[in-house]
Amino acid sequence: MFQKKECIAMLLAGGQGSRLYTLTEKTAKPAVPFGGKYRIIDFPMSNCVNSGIDTVGVLTQYQPLVLNEYIGNGEPWDLDRTRGGVTVLSPYEAKGGKDWYRGTANAIYQNLTFIERYDPEYTLILSGDHIYKMDYSKMLDEHKKNGADCTIAVLEVPMEEASRFGILNTDENNKIVEFEEKPKYPKSNKASMGIYIFTTKVLKKYLIEDEANPESSNDFGKNIIPTMFADGCPMYTYAFQGYWKDVGTLTSLWEANMDLLGNPPAFDLYDRNFRIFYRHEAYPPHRIGKGASIKNSMITEGCVIDGTVENSVLANGVIVEKGAVVKDCVIMSDVRICAGAKLEYAIIDSNTVIGTNSVIGESKDKQKLLLVGAELTFPADSKIDGGLMIDSANIKDYIA
Amino acid sequence: MSVTGIIFSNLHDNEISELTRVRTLASVPFGCRYRLIDFPLSNMVNSNISNINVITQYNYHSLMDHIGSGKDWDLARRSGGIKILPPYINSDASMRTNLSNTRLEALKSVGYSIAQMTSDYVVMADCNVICNIDFNDVLNDHIANGADVTIAVKRMNLDRAMAKANTLVFSSKEGRITDLLPNPTNYEGYADVSLNIIVLNRKYLQEFVLDSIAHGYSSITRDVFLKSLYARNFRIYRYEGYFACISSFDDYFTCNMQLIKNEELFNSFFGVEERPIFTKVRNSAPTYYSEDSKVENSLIADGCVIEGTVENSILFRGVKVGKGAVVKNSILFQDTIISEASSVAYTVCDKNVVIRNNVNISGHTTLPLYIDRGRMV
Repeated sequence: MFQKKECIAMLLAGGQGSRLYTLTEKTAKPAVPFGGKYRIIDFPMSNCVNSGIDTVGVLTQYQPLVLNEYIGNGEPWDLDRTRGGVTVLSPYEAKGGKDWYRGTANAIYQNLTFIERYDPEYTLILSGDHIYKMDYSKMLDEHKKNGADCTIAVLEVPMEEASRFGILNTDENNKIVEFEEKPKYPKSNKASMGIYIFTTKVLKKYLIEDEANPESSNDFGKNIIPTMFADGCPMYTYAFQGYWKDVGTLTSLWEANMDLLGNPPAFDLYDRNFRIFYRHEAYPPHRIGKGASIKNSMITEGCVIDGTVENSVLANGVIVEKGAVVKDCVIMSDVRICAGAKLEYAIIDSNTVIGTNSVIGESKDKQKLLLVGAELTFPADSKIDGGLMIDSANIKDYIA
Repeated sequence: MSVTGIIFSNLHDNEISELTRVRTLASVPFGCRYRLIDFPLSNMVNSNISNINVITQYNYHSLMDHIGSGKDWDLARRSGGIKILPPYINSDASMRTNLSNTRLEALKSVGYSIAQMTSDYVVMADCNVICNIDFNDVLNDHIANGADVTIAVKRMNLDRAMAKANTLVFSSKEGRITDLLPNPTNYEGYADVSLNIIVLNRKYLQEFVLDSIAHGYSSITRDVFLKSLYARNFRIYRYEGYFACISSFDDYFTCNMQLIKNEELFNSFFGVEERPIFTKVRNSAPTYYSEDSKVENSLIADGCVIEGTVENSILFRGVKVGKGAVVKNSILFQDTIISEASSVAYTVCDKNVVIRNNVNISGHTTLPLYIDRGRMV
């Protein structure tokens, strides 16, 4: 028996995130660590829970192991429910044939059975690659008030950047009057955030039609939404105010981590009334030794800091030995930075060891972000220039 | 082999009355982000004991809040899991008569639950002893020796005060217990100290609990164990690792401070890879250190925001230290706020204490100050 729900969420988490290079070599993008102890998917998942949505389908495809483990039974987000909760939806073989998810719309189409079980009036479509805190229930209220078939969350971006986004032009009631995909001369600055609420029965109709169309690339942005608009469906925007960041590239991932720093920070994780939940690992408190110096940084459980840390975000269990200096870095869990090593402007993936007196990366002023993959070992006195991407395949070219 | 765990949550409450005014000893915060019960509880879970009874009597709101369903210890189970056993008060008994002061009285008060146990063995632990121990080692010894009771002990060089705070265990070369000495007033020198970790055959436990109810016995050591030392097989298990025993407020303060000073001690509790200590998850963000922060020689939990100076201190989750504030040699419990330009030294601030701007507070190294939960200064 399935309990009827007013609104359920479908979270598209199958993306590879190829622009994150070695970070997504073995994990899907939504499972990439962020902000010391989170993963990207914690943000949409926590938003759902904080918005009163207790039924979430997570659609996975690319490298799902880590993501599936991470979601588990949904306990960290209180989504281990008897009625509803989280369900991981992977591509499957059916009687008529088998198919990978061919596009965002096709992924939802293939899981219409899941949606139908809960018979929701509304379906929220989310993606797993943005960092933001949002109460979707407010957006749903707008959707209902407007009697919309589709509501798209928009963010007002600086006008000069608007040409990088899908722009929505609206009338004074926020009703959408025009779509422009990356317009050269944008008429407004309302950029789509890739967050949609659909009235389920309308969504179903268009998904089925779209699937029947062999020309379609089965994508929400390219097919479903333009078709609905052309048919004159009532479509509205919902203006979101607050921090929102696409972390699809290394630079934006680094920047989003840095946005957690400062007082007040650009993105605040300390609000106890809107917590971001995460799967917890049992690390002890962190230890700050004699002679340590920490400026404008975030330190997580399990760290041992005896060196200097500046403008950096350190995840669980990072060790910074005496005399080591970490500046403008994002360090993922259980990295060891040995005595006297110097790290600048880099993202270091988990379990990597930086040998004593190594010099890794270059000053942030040179704008050459360095990426170091997981589980690598750099011997003492290694020297690595900025701007490189080092993984297990190419590390031998860079170390003696 | 099936094992049931029993944890006594209130037995040593009055030894640190400051901290147990509003809670059980079991839920006294310790070690930056833990509560004392996290140690026996995690030890049991890490030793594959998943059927655990926590005996409690009063002040147990904080304990129930901490444990919840038990899922943070993987103890939210269909079979077994964690069970909190508050006192059973029947309609015609006054409250007083049911409250127990000793281990045996506590066991008698939950006689019904004990009678229902079906496991082969029972492991009992108190909350005043902190260590990271694999109970399987004790159990294996217990089984190999064909023992009825095995008491975990640690060999120590005692002064009078330490001897008085503990139960001493004397044994033969082969490890058979020959005498038990609870809280001796004039003992000095080397002796085996009981860690209050006791492994028993379940049937024997059930037998003597029933017998004790019938005879009105009240002390497990005096009335039960000492009388049976020769009729039954009582053994010691020598624990070689670190442990800490909290038997006074001073002990509590020193022991916390030791965690900062003694890295080996810290690692013996928290650094055992296959046996992590679990605690209630609070979903705090990482800790933020501002541009002006200056932190040395401290243990800091997640969710803190530090803009001032912190030295030789322990900060629990969600503590805020304002600009220009100085915290030295202190323990600040969850969500304490030290506002701008204030200073705190040799002080234990209980949960939610707020120190307003420009306030200077100091205890002394020999007399740490304690500030009540929720006080505003």
